Amino acid sequence: MKSLFKLLLQRLALGVLSLFAVSVIIFLAVGMLPGDVAQAMLGQSATAQTVAAFRAQLGLDLPPLTRFGQWIWHFLQGDLGTSLANQRPIAELVGARLGNTLSLAALAALVSVPLALFLGMLAALYRNSWFDRLLNTSALSAVSFPEFFVAYLLILYFSVKLSWFPSISNLAPDASFGEVLERSVLPVATLSLVVIAQMMRMTRASLINLLASPYIEMARLKGISQSRIIFKHALPNALAPIVNVVALNLAYLVVGVVVVEVVFVYPGLGQLLVDSVAKRDIPVVQACSLIFAATYVLLNTLADVLSIASNPRLMHPKG
Amino acid sequence: MNKPLVNSASPLLTIRDLQIEGHYEDAWHPLVKGIDLTLQRGEVLGLIGESGAGKSTLGLAAMGYTRDGCRITGGSVQFDGMNLLKLAPDDLRKLRGTRIAYVAQSAAASFNPAHRLIDQHIETAVTNAGIGRAQAEAEAIELYRVLRLPNPETIGQRYPHQVSGGQLQRIMTAMAMACYPDLIIFDEPTTALDVTTQIEVLAAIRDAVKRYGSAAIYISHDLAVVAQMADRIMVLRHGKLVEEAETRKMLAAPEEEYTKSLWAVRCFRTEPKPRPRSELPLLEVRKACASYGQQPVLHDVSLSLYRGQTLAVIGESGSGKSSTARLITGLLPATAGQVLYEGNPLPIDFRKRSKEQLRRIQMIYQIPDTALNPRQRIVDIIGRPLSFYLGLKGKALRDRVADLLAMIELDPDKFMERQPRELSGGQKQRICIARALAADPQLIICDEVTSALDQLVAEGILKLLDRVQQQLGVSYLFITHDVATVRAIADEVVVMQRGRVVDHGPRKSIFTPPHQDYTGLLFSSEPEMDPEWLDRILDQRGAGQPLVAQP
Amino acid sequence: MKRLFIELIRAPLSAQFGMAVILLYILVALFAPVLAPFGETEVVGDGFAPWGGQFLLGTDNLGRDMFSRLVFGARNTLGIAFLTTVLAFLLGGTCGLVAAIKGGWVDQGLSRVVDILMAIPQLIFALLILSVVGTTATSLVLVIALLDATRVFRLARAVAMTVVVQDFVEAARLRGEGLWWLVTREVLPNAAAPLIAEFGLRFCFVFLFISALSFLGLGIQPPTADWGSMVRDNAVLITFGDVSPLLPALAVALITVSVNFVVDWMLHKSSGLKEC
Repeated sequence: MKSLFKLLLQRLALGVLSLFAVSVIIFLAVGMLPGDVAQAMLGQSATAQTVAAFRAQLGLDLPPLTRFGQWIWHFLQGDLGTSLANQRPIAELVGARLGNTLSLAALAALVSVPLALFLGMLAALYRNSWFDRLLNTSALSAVSFPEFFVAYLLILYFSVKLSWFPSISNLAPDASFGEVLERSVLPVATLSLVVIAQMMRMTRASLINLLASPYIEMARLKGISQSRIIFKHALPNALAPIVNVVALNLAYLVVGVVVVEVVFVYPGLGQLLVDSVAKRDIPVVQACSLIFAATYVLLNTLADVLSIASNPRLMHPKG
Repeated sequence: MNKPLVNSASPLLTIRDLQIEGHYEDAWHPLVKGIDLTLQRGEVLGLIGESGAGKSTLGLAAMGYTRDGCRITGGSVQFDGMNLLKLAPDDLRKLRGTRIAYVAQSAAASFNPAHRLIDQHIETAVTNAGIGRAQAEAEAIELYRVLRLPNPETIGQRYPHQVSGGQLQRIMTAMAMACYPDLIIFDEPTTALDVTTQIEVLAAIRDAVKRYGSAAIYISHDLAVVAQMADRIMVLRHGKLVEEAETRKMLAAPEEEYTKSLWAVRCFRTEPKPRPRSELPLLEVRKACASYGQQPVLHDVSLSLYRGQTLAVIGESGSGKSSTARLITGLLPATAGQVLYEGNPLPIDFRKRSKEQLRRIQMIYQIPDTALNPRQRIVDIIGRPLSFYLGLKGKALRDRVADLLAMIELDPDKFMERQPRELSGGQKQRICIARALAADPQLIICDEVTSALDQLVAEGILKLLDRVQQQLGVSYLFITHDVATVRAIADEVVVMQRGRVVDHGPRKSIFTPPHQDYTGLLFSSEPEMDPEWLDRILDQRGAGQPLVAQP
Repeated sequence: MKRLFIELIRAPLSAQFGMAVILLYILVALFAPVLAPFGETEVVGDGFAPWGGQFLLGTDNLGRDMFSRLVFGARNTLGIAFLTTVLAFLLGGTCGLVAAIKGGWVDQGLSRVVDILMAIPQLIFALLILSVVGTTATSLVLVIALLDATRVFRLARAVAMTVVVQDFVEAARLRGEGLWWLVTREVLPNAAAPLIAEFGLRFCFVFLFISALSFLGLGIQPPTADWGSMVRDNAVLITFGDVSPLLPALAVALITVSVNFVVDWMLHKSSGLKEC
């Protein structure tokens, strides 16, 4: 158990380290701007006075290390700074939107994970059948489609032609749960389609890999039935790769929402990020980036931790 | 013990005119070409042949099983009155594990890493034969006892990676016995094991088969091993039967040319060359130590090799013999000690050695497939050392490559422009030899150069190396695990165990008793072409020597 | 040459379809000025003119000819994506091969840098940097190439590793060969097949990525014709049931599907057709 514990600890430490590195990069990215940030943002016509005032407002007159320390310290306390565009606290802007984005991603995950795993297993079991080929070709196509293409196709059919769902998912703050659900259908469907295709392909590949191993052949030669081979011999060993696939795709989901939110005008974090990038509202961009990146790092770390923990060689060490 | 007693006079297994094809390179190719086989109840049949003979494919077909990419295109497989090829899939499945069982070559890969050994052992008995769990476990423990496994009560509670290779192989044999099947297929069950481990597994398998009266098909490329196990032997080649006879008759008087050549392989011997007196050794390793990370692999290793001689380093896996080769080439840094070349110390890191120092020591590898760049032509492969070290160009280079090809007995006109994938394993190994010779070296390190090859091909390589040595006077450092190879070609022998040199001396004296403990154990574990060998050796060891080497 | 032809004939329908589409796109990109009836940024009529008549596929929101912009879009979007992918491969591929061959601290150092860069989701990273350096075509290419190089590095290193451990590379090292020989003669020729396949996949990814950025208004900037921004500019038509804005999106989907089909076939071939 000692080596397992050590590995897990190492992986967690690596996660914390990447989180730190990510925050440094996000912080430094602003400093990469050639010349002076404040000057560049205000344009050439700004007077020296305005620039100086702006620099003070950004805190650019402080040494970088102090600024970084302050930024992180405030961030950890929930103070994300102030937006340049409308002078409102970023925490206020982010708050509700973060919830919206997470619930959108969660809904998509809820739909796609079971479906993708199920389809992936079926495809692996009946590999090279017409079913597998059909599934594979459709998945390959779905992976290749840009999200906005899928989104607009869905809008064209389900909201314009059939009028089943609204094409725009802007939520009123007092929207009822049913309303929220109805407005989320198309965004969730868009997100799920791409993720399902991705996840299904990966599940299929790792299962096929597994089914080719000598201990599966041995199980066949021992007269074990097909269903028992799948559930008793293949699945316990497939756990690690499948967990990995799921977590990777969840991480993708969190990022993939950006485009979908813009298409459906869904009031989420992604849209805020895109708007802020267009307005060059750097403090907001930094805050949103950090939130997205942290979620991504967390999910990736979780995936690795789970796959380490489900390795039988590490669960039952020699000795 | 619920064997149906029908047709007890008829054979247990009858295979008639079996045809099997395999799919590769976009086409179907015949693997088994019309083989007949008859097996009586309780009989052990040995299947012997080189790679590509179709023996494993035939063994699996006896269970009505074909691997992915193979198909049975003709013939019949009758097991106890049932045609396995016509049986419903579910009925066929229920025969497997209960009445026909299988023991694979690699036990480590054939056990599921996620489950305890005993759970895998009793799986068929509980799910297919309807035996209660408690009874199945009790029977498993009894089998572990019969197969002389340590701690039979608890060893089944372990996971596969927690048990050593030899024990795992015996547990797999026990698992095959779980339902006391009528027939067990053993597919090279000891090939992946060291000789000293192999002997325990052989003894265990033979005892168990005898005790429970199962019939067995024992597949191996090693004639001496099959001779211990089988009542009758079939020799296969290219998917066809060459010869079939009762074991003693087969050993004493093989009829076919091919069989005779297989038998003769073991008789090749070079003329031992005496060590030159009062001469500086060409290569000397002095008290060298080395480690991989924190793990020490070599302790105080010393050896010396003289000009024109062959020094064989023999040892089992983990003995440090390959690490010694890596130390000499400069791939594994020594933590203490020295490597001297003609009395001068060599830099321990190959990157610090001069081109001239590198040129003088060349290397030939175990697996010729990975030792040749698949994207280069033969002329480029052999030509590179010529241009790199000797600066040859154009016609001079091609002429030299042609000379070298002629030396290794390959037709220059035919082979010059070919790519490695168009060559057989033996031909590839010859190209490796030519590449080493192209550098005009004084010392060639041969790392298990014959162990990946079939016996006949391997013998050809040994003969070629011997002739080259006589012509050019190169020295060989011969790394091997195979006692027969050492007996065939060594002038001097170094025996290694657990990273130390435990014995050394000229070939004649080291092969003459009395032996040091480990040397004796190692040499006597090498199977001999005598059906009585296993009994004799077990008797001897029972009288005093331990069955397993003690650390 | 003949063997290649036979391979193509025997390729599955999806791969043949893919190759045909890729060829078509390349031709359109090369001969865009000849094929397009109007200029790339030329305003030729009223906004949102219907299909048919003078304008084959109607006009866009500013009254530019849709068909001409689609044709020029092939040139711009494909060109930028291709350039980016090439850059990413030069950078990531070289570093990956060197890391695998050199090993030791070179490998450790490069791998850790890549680990950290990959800990940030690509889209977020790109948005962050683009918000700072501005969205010019050059910065777009450089930023995406750098981000994508991390993925290429991982793969190139992994593929090279499987080659490096083989004995013929050790033999070359022991002969005293230099880094250049090891990379170009021993490792690269044996790593080429998976790297070419990866090039296809990376190209798709970069292509989709740039289209997504353009769609968000942060990629290729107007008035340059680009499929992603064309969707964005004309999206409003969708709500009236007009499929015009879907055409550029379809153009993106078609080329990525095609490349994926071809790559899938190549991977299947090089894996030795074990499944049969």
